[in-house]
Amino acid sequence: MIREFSLNDLVFMLEALRWTVGLAIIATIGGGALGIIVAVLRVVAFKPANWLAIGYINLVQGTPLLGQLFVFFFGLPLFGIQVDAWVAASLSLSIYASAFFGEIWRGSLQSVSQRQWEAGAALGLNYWQRLTHVVLPQALRISIAPTVGFLVQLVKNTSLAALIGFIELTRASQIITAATFAPLPVYTTAAALYFIICFSLSQFSQRLERRFHVTR
Amino acid sequence: MNYNFKFKALAPYTSEIIDGVILTLQLSAVTMLLGLAIGLAVAIASISPKSALRRPARIYVEAIRNTPLIVQLFIVFFGLPTLGIKLGANSAALIALSINLGAYSSEILRAGFESIRPSQIEAGRSLGLTAAQTFRHVVLFPAIKSIYPALASQFVLLMLTTSIVSSIGATELFGQAAFIDSRTYRSFEVYALITLSYLFLTLAFRSLFSAIYWLVFVRRSRA
Repeated sequence: MIREFSLNDLVFMLEALRWTVGLAIIATIGGGALGIIVAVLRVVAFKPANWLAIGYINLVQGTPLLGQLFVFFFGLPLFGIQVDAWVAASLSLSIYASAFFGEIWRGSLQSVSQRQWEAGAALGLNYWQRLTHVVLPQALRISIAPTVGFLVQLVKNTSLAALIGFIELTRASQIITAATFAPLPVYTTAAALYFIICFSLSQFSQRLERRFHVTR
Repeated sequence: MNYNFKFKALAPYTSEIIDGVILTLQLSAVTMLLGLAIGLAVAIASISPKSALRRPARIYVEAIRNTPLIVQLFIVFFGLPTLGIKLGANSAALIALSINLGAYSSEILRAGFESIRPSQIEAGRSLGLTAAQTFRHVVLFPAIKSIYPALASQFVLLMLTTSIVSSIGATELFGQAAFIDSRTYRSFEVYALITLSYLFLTLAFRSLFSAIYWLVFVRRSRA
């Protein structure tokens, strides 16, 4: 039974879009938490910790996200952990995001001049005070624009979860295409929905970049 | 855990894996060339003083960079045939990947061109270089040198991204993984092995790109 691409399908796609956004939010939170650990391990004055972080970043950034998704989807059950597509997608996107967040935040930390540390020490601040009152506020400002910029990648990459059967926007579009056999309107609509989210994020990131660049 | 890992079950499929690696490398190499050519044209259009050239270039770049590759791929592979343009999986993959890379590389190239100050070009012209010579020696070569690292990591990313084209049935490395999985039912072993194979490709690409950088830029400037 072939039917037309209708308003109901659009509603179905918008409902699925919530899962796209939900998955991106989970990956941002999970990846953010892990990313802080990665960034810290990457900068502490303890070589083995640095190597561990570098190895982790290279492993995540050197393999396809699609592969990571499949490894978690098929791998976790072997350890007795029953996962559905939802858990596997959240976990692998969080790990993927953590490597990128870790690198972005390490770069921001290191772009604060060494002299700021020295100035803080000269004023009699201890390490913790220098970190929280002098360096972190500056690093945070630098990191905001690229962090928001990476969220665009994250939203787009949630589409890969469709390939392990998680019903978000892309999977929903595949399902509707199978019923209506109208791939062009369906996928173009999906692209437009992704565009609305991603373009807003890109513009927001650029605005932040301009704003913080002027005052720096 | 009482699962028996049987990586040996994959041994009979070595030739499929090798075929997959070769196709992934071919797909990546051709996409790099096509994507860079598209990117160069779009970058030149996007810095043009004519808004009739600038606007379409901006729309192309924003449309591609703000939508997922897999949706672009589905539009090319499933959408275009309804308009009468039928493509095989591998050629649809090549087209979608090149269009995608074109947008990203054009942004990198544009940043490179914009890093050349106008006074450099004036200096080139006043030394008696022709416009073409100035473009080649003063604009293109230094611009490419300064964006080379960004371009190289974009290419590595592209190579990893080619795995996505397995979703329309292209037979590159990740597509072969799906095939071997369907024959052996050893899903975890197959995908773990294939995912790690990409790591070796990444390391190989990175070494190759730094070797090229050394040959083209470092050695040349010493001579």
